[in-house]
Amino acid sequence: MIPRPKPERFRLRRTMMFLSAQKPGLTKDAYIYGVDSIMLDLEDAVAENQKDAARFSLYHTLKTIDYGDTEVIVRINGLDTPHWKEDIRVCVAGGADGIRIAKCESAQDVLTVEKHVEEAEKEFGVEVGRTLLMAALESPKGILNAYEICAASPRMFGCAISGGDFRKCMQTKFTPSGIDMLTARGMMLIAARAAGVQCFDTVYTNLKDEEGYRAEVMQNKEMGFDGKSLINPKQIRLVHELFAPTEKEITQAEKIVRAYREQSAAGVGVFTVDGKMIDIAFIPGAERTLKLARACGLYEGDLV
Amino acid sequence: MEIRKPASAGTLESSDAMVTVEPGTGIELSLTSSVMNQYGRQIKKTVLETLERLDVKDAKVTVVDKGALDCTIKARVECAVFRSCDKSENNIDWGGVIR
Repeated sequence: MIPRPKPERFRLRRTMMFLSAQKPGLTKDAYIYGVDSIMLDLEDAVAENQKDAARFSLYHTLKTIDYGDTEVIVRINGLDTPHWKEDIRVCVAGGADGIRIAKCESAQDVLTVEKHVEEAEKEFGVEVGRTLLMAALESPKGILNAYEICAASPRMFGCAISGGDFRKCMQTKFTPSGIDMLTARGMMLIAARAAGVQCFDTVYTNLKDEEGYRAEVMQNKEMGFDGKSLINPKQIRLVHELFAPTEKEITQAEKIVRAYREQSAAGVGVFTVDGKMIDIAFIPGAERTLKLARACGLYEGDLV
Repeated sequence: MEIRKPASAGTLESSDAMVTVEPGTGIELSLTSSVMNQYGRQIKKTVLETLERLDVKDAKVTVVDKGALDCTIKARVECAVFRSCDKSENNIDWGGVIR
């Protein structure tokens, strides 16, 4: 029995790697990769006639394998299937950190899952409120309702777009520039930020196209995503590399935070650092850079 | 639990095991494993303990192991037994009889 610490609603989630819960060869040692979160899948990676077997495997995996600092999330089957209720029971009983709601389309979907999660927490003697939730937005309706979905519950830590299903609904296909999903990504990001939750991009499925993958991850960073969904361990390193603040960014953030503290103690509200105007609006961004740098092992100072 | 009909769970992939249960008298276990010399006894012990926990007294059990961890062996035996009783889909006693 491996008791996992209480999940943190907001933590570093640059990378979220999907693994079929039905494949012991994948789940038995997924803690070795240094991925921020693993996503044990009960949904599409598990064949319809193996849903039951996947749950037995999932339960013992959660109870036996020590994933350490790697967050353990489970993707459950959609609310239009006969599987999701038992999926929730096994997730909660096994002590998963969070549940990803597949094909989420409304705040009501979140509330329905939350109700069953709470019932399961009571049934299995788990602290009520422990199990976190995130939503996968896979349809135009899900994107249009992103804000109400993200704001539906204090358990919600974020949302992710699911490219395959979304493109199917939109009758588009993957484009290297990302133009096919640009609007949806943007709308989801705005909704997530407005609701104060994290936001994750979809998977990049062509493992051989390293250049295309790099371009997409870079675009994710520039658009403001917190992280990316992955399908293979070899995709982890690039995201961690590109999402980490540069040395220049860290030095600049340090200067800004330090100068702000000195100036505001002296009663000054607006001042310049290296010729650039700085006021209180710049401080949260600078502090976030330092926190991210610390999480990436690049900053050891005491400003955050 | 009573084994009423043949059922199986698992795969022959590496790190997995294929477990089949059939109606029988007493427990009759047939085990083959890719790591028989190193872990044969341990696997047998896990299978028998799991069957005992599920209160299975009569069954013919076939295990083809491909280097599965104990937790996988348990999961596959449990699923095969529950399938045999048509009880594998919902209201599983997680943390009770399944532990």
